[in-house]
Amino acid sequence: MEWWKQVYDALKQADVKQVAYVPDAGHAALISACLVDNDIQTIALTTEEEGIALLAGAWLGGVRGALLMQSSGVGNCINMLSLSHTCKFPIPIFVTMRGLWHEFNPWQNAMGQTTETALNTAGVQTLTATSPDEVGPLSHATLDQAYTGGGMSALLLHQRLMPVKTFGKGSPDDG
Amino acid sequence: MDNSRSESFPLRRRRVVEALTQTRNDLLVIAGLGSTAWDITAAGDRDLNFPLWGAMGGAISMGLGLALAQPTKRVLVITGDGETLMGMGSLATVAMQAPQNLSICTLDNEHYGETGMQLTHTSAETDLAGVAAACGIKHSGTIRTEQELLTSLPQILEANGPVYYVIKVRAEKLDFVLPPKDGVHLKNRFRQALLGSDAIQ
Repeated sequence: MEWWKQVYDALKQADVKQVAYVPDAGHAALISACLVDNDIQTIALTTEEEGIALLAGAWLGGVRGALLMQSSGVGNCINMLSLSHTCKFPIPIFVTMRGLWHEFNPWQNAMGQTTETALNTAGVQTLTATSPDEVGPLSHATLDQAYTGGGMSALLLHQRLMPVKTFGKGSPDDG
Repeated sequence: MDNSRSESFPLRRRRVVEALTQTRNDLLVIAGLGSTAWDITAAGDRDLNFPLWGAMGGAISMGLGLALAQPTKRVLVITGDGETLMGMGSLATVAMQAPQNLSICTLDNEHYGETGMQLTHTSAETDLAGVAAACGIKHSGTIRTEQELLTSLPQILEANGPVYYVIKVRAEKLDFVLPPKDGVHLKNRFRQALLGSDAIQ
């Protein structure tokens, strides 16, 4: 099964009803699947930190959510994570990574290579999936850590899972 | 730039919040950090209040998540001009989702009240109601007088939303009326009151 379908299945099994995102090419198929799912409210954000507050509000209202973003978006969330840190709002985050593996764009390196450290420093537990067969179990674990453990957890989806992005400069699967 | 015009605005923030919440029943209230958190507490600390002590720029997004989760309940976000400015993109996110049960009121005194009364952008040319309207929020406007407040209350509390109002209030330093600051307590009491005791097991 494609890796993104494993994330989608895990969201469904965990009864996630709000999926908030700033888009990334790596999340495109998952976002499309959520948008056509009538049981999921799929919310486009203008910046990732909105999603931290949005999911806190959803939880106040008894609804589970999940957040999709690219590694560059993690930096936008840091102060807002203090909301879930202080109040123990469950926040599961699925992060598609940049800057780690055949990265064409050096502007992605600064945030991509510090994403895990930044999340851990902010109190978010991280798991990393580097091959497609790991994504399902790690997605379930990430959601469970948030909703059973009552915490902030992120699954880092390694760049090895995505097509290499070369901006039209040489790869047949440029995404 | 007029440094002091808001010192003579007729509406007083504590009176405004009292008017917004006096008939509240099961109204769900989120307040942005700083003065508006003290204002909702001065009107009566309630389990269905969630006053923020931090997370600046997050109040409107939090209200949106709550409104989408509880479509049959009215959600009212009461926040300040500085807090709104920090999360201005969330007005576009609200407009895109267009929840009918969400109302947002920015109490605009044109100053950062907690940090020494520095001027905010609304003291110059920024019109937050115009921003909300341009984002596509269905009902938006600016309230400057008691009469305008009374006329607009039914829309804020009952109209099909989303609703956004700027309420221009006097710049004034008032006594602190502090809500509980334990975030887990604030979360649990809200969920228990809204969802029942099972929600905090």
